[in-house]
Amino acid sequence: MSEITSLTLYELIKNIKEKKISSNEAAKSFVDRAEKSKKINVYVTENFENCLKLSKEFDDKPNFDLKLPGIPIAVKDLFCTNEVRTTAGSNILNNFVPTYESTVTQNIWNEGGILLGKLNCDEFAMGSSNETSYFGNVQNPIAEDLVPGGSSGGSSAALAANLTPVTIGTDTGGSIRQPASFTGTVGLKPTYGSCSRYGIVAFASSLDQAGPMSKDVKDSSILLEVISSFDKKDSTSIDFKRNNYSSELTRNIKGLKIGIPKEYRVDGMPDEIEKLWKKGIEYAKDCGAEIVDISLPHTSYALPTYYIVAPAEASSNLARYDGVKYGLRSSGKNLIDMYEKTRSEGFGEEVKRRVMIGTYVLSSGYYDAYYLKAQKVRQLIKQDFDQAYNKVDAILTPSTPSSAFKIGEKSNDPVSMYLNDIFTVPVNLAGLPGISIPAGVDKNNYPLGLQIIGKPFDEQTVLNIAYSMEEKINYKNNITDWWMK
Amino acid sequence: MTIDLKTVKHISKLARISLDEKKAEKLATDMNSIFEFIEKLNELNTDNVEPLTSIAETTLRFRDDKITSENIREKILKNSPEKNDDFFVVPKVVE
Repeated sequence: MSEITSLTLYELIKNIKEKKISSNEAAKSFVDRAEKSKKINVYVTENFENCLKLSKEFDDKPNFDLKLPGIPIAVKDLFCTNEVRTTAGSNILNNFVPTYESTVTQNIWNEGGILLGKLNCDEFAMGSSNETSYFGNVQNPIAEDLVPGGSSGGSSAALAANLTPVTIGTDTGGSIRQPASFTGTVGLKPTYGSCSRYGIVAFASSLDQAGPMSKDVKDSSILLEVISSFDKKDSTSIDFKRNNYSSELTRNIKGLKIGIPKEYRVDGMPDEIEKLWKKGIEYAKDCGAEIVDISLPHTSYALPTYYIVAPAEASSNLARYDGVKYGLRSSGKNLIDMYEKTRSEGFGEEVKRRVMIGTYVLSSGYYDAYYLKAQKVRQLIKQDFDQAYNKVDAILTPSTPSSAFKIGEKSNDPVSMYLNDIFTVPVNLAGLPGISIPAGVDKNNYPLGLQIIGKPFDEQTVLNIAYSMEEKINYKNNITDWWMK
Repeated sequence: MTIDLKTVKHISKLARISLDEKKAEKLATDMNSIFEFIEKLNELNTDNVEPLTSIAETTLRFRDDKITSENIREKILKNSPEKNDDFFVVPKVVE
């Protein structure tokens, strides 16, 4: 049998159910491997001892009817975990220990999952390379000094490095799909309202969504089934009939119409991305899908819209970090001075930049010109998709305009960093489900992903298309464990 | 449109983030390049477009006005940087 840590979630569950592997053996394997993998810096907080203890308890009293029976799982450090430090990658939450649990993680523990630890991410999920984290860069397991994408960079790296069988991330503008694309893994952002936002450190509330990240499509369907739930504690949680995503997963996508939006052919897009996309179209045809040319005319306005809406919401969400009830406090000569120093010392550069932009666009005299304007354009972007979905069942695009870049390469130019999310941001603005699957490599052998975007609440079709194409693409990551040498 | 240093300092006051001169200048540069990129939205006429305020087409739900969590005082105070008995402590506000 291959090593425990390299198994997919599905295989691991099967082995545990068949009692070929115990939960404790699995936990030990992941902990041992993590001890040898400190160099890639995926963990902000380890929960290893507790994980080993809980896995033993599971083995003593196993329940194989659960969907994640005794499976050790590491999660992005944006999910509040009861009694386990939750930092959101920020100095301002460096010492924060939640006294409650996020709904999404609670769903995982309810189905038998066991927390391995909390994974590094960009500060407050603001970033595309994991370089804004207070806890340092994460290395992409694909090659040294390469970013793992962001903001769920610790999650994507942990997955690619076989440090967790599956993981969860959050996606506000591409933070699940872009890191998945950069690490040769699968990442799904569900429809807005599918997974509860309760207990997730808030970034931009109208865009944030949690989702599964995994080694293959089937694993994402298993995890989605666990984490997607209606939750009264989230006022924007939607009560709709959720599928049994994993048992309804099928490769039969014959006759489905897949749209190819011409506006995603952006200026300066490398040839290899264009080629990958064409290859993807051929794969989709091979799977029996019908290809339809479509237009999403407002695509080029999505990023500017996002960079008003997201910072505006972030500036109000982050107003709560004032050094009074929890988190870092710096001393000041009076209350206002204390606030200002706390936030100055507690927030990193990118977070300050976005809070400043958000405060500016919401400030008196500028609200109509920026925030209201952006909300109107957001409507147009959503209408583009509504119209396209009269003609097609799903949309196929590249996930990112390039492969992973070197650490430091883009950190001094915010706009060029923002362009990373050009293909993923429209999906968040329209609240749609989208998945990134690995589809090939560039000239350096760095992975490239394709994105499949679905209709609202139609995660099943998105998963089915991905599952079908995945078989044809037959992508395998080539991870050499270079960081252990 | 350009954002000058004075505006950056005003915004930093509103955002309650203290900035030294050097950081304020850097932020002015960054914000200008970001807003240059954002100005693209002005190409579009949006006079007759309804703003999209929420993507989830649901109305807010009502709930009974009942206490659902009790005796959580200790939990709430647990993470406070400074406390005194059952109170959060802040620098003196009233002279």
